[in-house]
Amino acid sequence: MAMNYNAKDEVDGGPPCPPGGTAKTRRPDNTAFKQQRLPAWQPILTAGTVLPTFFIIGLIFIPIGIGIFVTSNNIREIEIDYTGTDPSSPCYKCLSPNVTPCICTINFTLDQSFEGNVFMYYGLSNFYQNHRRYVKSRDDGQLNGDPSALLNPSKECEPYRRNEDKPIAPCGAIANSMFNDTLELFQVGNASDLMPITLKKKGIAWWTDKNVKFRNPPGTDPLEERFKGTTKPVNWVKPVYMLDSDEDNNGFINEDFIVWMRTAALPTFRKLYRLIERKNDLHPTLPAGRYYLNITYIILNTLHVLFISSIVNHLHTVDKNTGTWSL
Amino acid sequence: MKDNRIHTSKYSILTFLPINLFEQFQRVANAYFLFLLILQLIPEISSLTWFTTIVPLVLVVTMTAVKDATDDYFRHKSDNQVNNRQSEVLIDSKLQNEKWMNVKVGDIIKLENNQFVAADLLLLSSSEPHGLCYIETAELDGETNLKVRHALSVTSELGADISRLAKFDGIVVCEAPNNKLDKFTGVLSWNGSKHSLNNEKIILRGCVLRNTSWCFGMVIFAGPDTKLMQNSGKTKFKRTSIDRLMNTLVLWIFGFLICLGTILAIGNSIWENQVGDQFRTFLFSNEREKNSVFSGFLTFWSYIIILNTVVPISLYVSVEVIRLGHSYFINWDRKMYYSRKATPAEARTTTLNEELGQIEYVFSDKTGTLTQNIMTFKKCSINGRIYGEVCDDWGQKTDMTKKKETMGFSVSPQADRTFQFFDHHLMESIELGDPKVHEFLRLLALCHTVMSEENSAGELIYQVQSPDEGALVTAAKNLGFIFKSRTPETITIEELGTLVTYQLLAFLDFNNFRKRMSVIVRNPEGQIKLYSKGADTILFERLHPSNEDLLTLTSDHLSEFAGEGLRTLAIAYRDLDDKYFREWHKMLEDANTTTDERDERIAGLYEEIERDLMLLGATAVEDKLQDGVIETVTSLSLANIKIWVLTGDKQETAINIGYACNMLTDDMNDVFIIAGNTATEVREELRKAKENLFGRNRSFSNGHVVFEKKQSLELDSVVEETVTGDYALIINGHSLAYALESDVKNDLLELACMCKTVVCCRVTPLQKAQVVELVKKYRNAVTLAIGDGANDVSMIKSAHIGVGISGQEGLQAVLASDYSFAQFRYLQRLLLVHGRWSYVRMCKFLCYFFYKNFAFTLVHFWFGFFCGFSAQTVYDQWFITLFNIVYTSLPVLAMGIFDQIALDTSYWTVINHVFIWGSIATYFSILFTMHSNDIFGIFPNQFPFVGNARHSLTQKCIWLVILLTTVASVMPVVAFRFLKVDLFPTLSDQIRQWQKAQKKARPLRTRKPQTRRSSSRRSGYAFAHQEGYGELITSGKNMRAKNPPPMSGLEKTLYNSTSWIENLCKKTTDTVSSFSQDKTVKL
Repeated sequence: MAMNYNAKDEVDGGPPCPPGGTAKTRRPDNTAFKQQRLPAWQPILTAGTVLPTFFIIGLIFIPIGIGIFVTSNNIREIEIDYTGTDPSSPCYKCLSPNVTPCICTINFTLDQSFEGNVFMYYGLSNFYQNHRRYVKSRDDGQLNGDPSALLNPSKECEPYRRNEDKPIAPCGAIANSMFNDTLELFQVGNASDLMPITLKKKGIAWWTDKNVKFRNPPGTDPLEERFKGTTKPVNWVKPVYMLDSDEDNNGFINEDFIVWMRTAALPTFRKLYRLIERKNDLHPTLPAGRYYLNITYIILNTLHVLFISSIVNHLHTVDKNTGTWSL
Repeated sequence: MKDNRIHTSKYSILTFLPINLFEQFQRVANAYFLFLLILQLIPEISSLTWFTTIVPLVLVVTMTAVKDATDDYFRHKSDNQVNNRQSEVLIDSKLQNEKWMNVKVGDIIKLENNQFVAADLLLLSSSEPHGLCYIETAELDGETNLKVRHALSVTSELGADISRLAKFDGIVVCEAPNNKLDKFTGVLSWNGSKHSLNNEKIILRGCVLRNTSWCFGMVIFAGPDTKLMQNSGKTKFKRTSIDRLMNTLVLWIFGFLICLGTILAIGNSIWENQVGDQFRTFLFSNEREKNSVFSGFLTFWSYIIILNTVVPISLYVSVEVIRLGHSYFINWDRKMYYSRKATPAEARTTTLNEELGQIEYVFSDKTGTLTQNIMTFKKCSINGRIYGEVCDDWGQKTDMTKKKETMGFSVSPQADRTFQFFDHHLMESIELGDPKVHEFLRLLALCHTVMSEENSAGELIYQVQSPDEGALVTAAKNLGFIFKSRTPETITIEELGTLVTYQLLAFLDFNNFRKRMSVIVRNPEGQIKLYSKGADTILFERLHPSNEDLLTLTSDHLSEFAGEGLRTLAIAYRDLDDKYFREWHKMLEDANTTTDERDERIAGLYEEIERDLMLLGATAVEDKLQDGVIETVTSLSLANIKIWVLTGDKQETAINIGYACNMLTDDMNDVFIIAGNTATEVREELRKAKENLFGRNRSFSNGHVVFEKKQSLELDSVVEETVTGDYALIINGHSLAYALESDVKNDLLELACMCKTVVCCRVTPLQKAQVVELVKKYRNAVTLAIGDGANDVSMIKSAHIGVGISGQEGLQAVLASDYSFAQFRYLQRLLLVHGRWSYVRMCKFLCYFFYKNFAFTLVHFWFGFFCGFSAQTVYDQWFITLFNIVYTSLPVLAMGIFDQIALDTSYWTVINHVFIWGSIATYFSILFTMHSNDIFGIFPNQFPFVGNARHSLTQKCIWLVILLTTVASVMPVVAFRFLKVDLFPTLSDQIRQWQKAQKKARPLRTRKPQTRRSSSRRSGYAFAHQEGYGELITSGKNMRAKNPPPMSGLEKTLYNSTSWIENLCKKTTDTVSSFSQDKTVKL
């Protein structure tokens, strides 16, 4: 412990006091802490310490780099833009406001087969899910099935709090703007026949979201009854209790809805849409070949059409054979 | 009627809350946070919920309030303690005990020996004859000489007659309360006649009554009107330069904040205009009226709220906490604990620590601070031989220490045990009966103004007017020549066991022109002798030519003594012829009866008889320095800290101490003495000194004339840098008063700042403060004032840092101080260790703190570009609330409190580890709690984070990113630092090398306490003596009534007995005025 100050001639203030009296108690304790003599580590940068440290860190990073490189090379991903801004695009027609609902089909080819589980994401660009007024426009109490919040949503939801004197369920701007396209995938067989590929819609949300954070209003009645007295978000075509036929994926616990409600941090984002599970070890999940993508481009509101046109939609399929990437 | 209560406290219970809150919200930061809070309550703007601000704000305000309340409580306590002191007051014709605070103007108070005076009193009567009383004014002006006060003769007749005192109905008309300690004018009207009053009749609050068993006085000024309180100056709130720096920084950061806000607001307007137009449909179903400029305006405020964490409120709290920690370390430091008085150092103000590391000027009191105010007889030279010095085994001269076997003073049963003068040779000479030695000691026992008294135990008690004389008489006593008693015309001493009574024929008193005093005595054998002691320069001129050899020898010895900083006096005698004396005495009588030019004639006669003296030798008295003063002064000046001595004491004494503690040395190029008595004189002296300084300086830099001309505009600063050589300035209080006038002020300052040492003597408490203020104001330097008495209070208060010497009788200095400890030498550790550490720690802390907050907050700025400038936060509001006060406060604090510097390297103790890992652990535990299912179940809207931590932290890539970021951020810095140290070593790196080398060499240097200066012929003459005591003695006025002085014819003719007091007064004022012309000492 090198000290700048040398305390050579400063003995502890002369001879000790005669016993008794307050003298003893007023003398500060001779502890390492109070006298600032705690054992200390003082890193001094010398060649002897710095160079080995650099070397060791370099050694550690070699396997990490190899790992990352291999993982990254094993990812297969294709990206399909179906926005339809280009007049040659099949979805160009859907930009016109009077075609509702609009269905368009895009075909694409996989050059290599996708071996493991496949994840389908939808991506949006320039969609400001991170806008402050957008982010706060929700009522977590309502989404958690709180009956009082269901009928009296939080003020944060304004102006999507009430519609025609009825509380909106789910309230708020996030829910109102929910992504609502339906994507279907077909494999083109040898005889040009279309074989639908099973897209799993459950298991795309976090377990905690599905089971803790989002809950339908309590009760044993049918869902429609439990949502009685509420109205659908302004832009929605159907109410929340009709999102899916599956009781376990309907209402607030609809996983598409849950995924949408977890707002993205950046204006260009992708969200998990569907899973394609690997059936068995013999066949690849998506063999190489031609595919059709069927898009139901649902125009929610005439006013929205203009806006949606600027959104670039992608289809991402990620081969996940290492299990490194998941949302 | 004003009462005597004093208030130093600020609040009462009722006024505490409003006043304290008002004061607190005057601080820019607090007001700013209040403003933020209001902003956050506006929903359109609120980007963070209100608790993010109110929680820390309430915390901070409460903490500060509690601290202020405690401080004030202690002030109340000390006020109460003083206010409740008891004194005896004459009420309803009876003496009753009354609290100090209830004493009123006009009350008559009885004071007893060694009591503190409660208020400014008009002395009415005392136990001593002629209404005399002695007071010690150390608390007021630092002088420990006893001073005489005497009542008007009309009132002194009242004596202790309670009934007459109670009927006393005089009316005093006097000046308004002021802070002049040495001036008082007033008139007492009583019994139809008027008596003029002056300072000699007044006893001031803060004095202590000495050697007087009782006295009565009437209160003239009480409480805040007393001269003591008037002198104490105002308590100012002290701020450190770091405080100011921090305020400036904070202002800059506010500016920066506003810039950021503006940029983001503009961004928002543009975004709203171009992108938001389309996206807005998702936010507001029908609100088309929103305009982008207004949106930008709101965004500005929203961002101000979000980005406020760059100036977090916890900064101020943290700074306070760090300072508190440092203060505790000062309190706990055993190296600053003085066990003899059981006094630990105390940081009484906890907010100034880092300022200690930046002190440039130290203003020190002398008595009690640098010196112990103990005079010890150290050495003497008798007939050309030095006594009091021995050679140790290595042949080095050392001063006697306790390890030397104490001499058995068989010759003197009355010897003090504490007497520390051991020289066998001297004892041998005494026993052998060396006549010169005997004569020397006899002179010491005879020629003085000491009064003796035997206490009940039969011990001799000497009442000393000057501590030097005390030392000399005591020394003689211990060496077998015991001064027993005196009457106005006899002195009885015990010479080696035999009582001898000398007839005192004449007393040639001390004054500042003469610088000597003599007595003419007739011994039992009938011989008449003149014994004289005085400044060597004066006495040597008056020696008989036959003394030449001895003179050379003695003056060598004197130089040696002076070189050691001892106070020296030369000793000489003269055998007088009976006839000659009678003639001379007759002339003296004549001179005394004449009215015109009486003083001149008397002085001439004194000159006449004090010649052809036979030199006996010289004495050397040590004005004992406090332990370690020299080392401390040396190391402080090595640290480029300038030390100014401000003392109420005499010029000679002050200079002597300057030499004793190495502030003045003979190596100095010049010592300027400013002692002018008028404004013109002072101006002239200053001008000369400056000319001298610059003249020499110019001669050094002749080669750079052209260069100098070019820079003539900046001449002042240039010159200051280029002054080479050591200079010292000694300035007198009277001259200082003129020098502090505005037109010469700058000259004085310029001169003083170029001098290595500045000594101001005979200064009043207020002047001390003025000097400090002057340096503070015009030099922009950080100043420290250290002192022990009430006379230092105003200086302590006006300096940036005031240090009080504790463990003494008076408490005023300590109470006014920011730091207190028992010994001057602790200043070294306070400044160079605690101060430096505090400063470095604080700087590091600020860097660290601002770094972490900028890193934390600027994320929101960059995120603004991605979230449409909507003031969305990246972190949740709980994280923002807790980031500064919980998650990151402790590691920074730990560094701020515990870091020690050893040249650039940091200091990692177990505490740092505990705090860092503890903070991380706290972060995770709070994180998991907030993200748990349970807390979401209870507050779904406040804690909607359920599952986030779980899901994100199970991702391997998160950990990989953490690892990569850490390594990538730290490694370049490590590499850079390493390369810098290795390739371009800084000064501190070199010092580290040097230190290693020095460690081996050091032991050689350490055991040399006093480096012997090259002894030029500098007189070490200094003598704390006041004129006028000779007359007191010869007139017998100060003798107890129990042995009434037999009035001889000689006596009566010599002194007009009614006028002795007037003489005394006149002489005293003469002393003061003559002082300024007393320039011969050095120039």
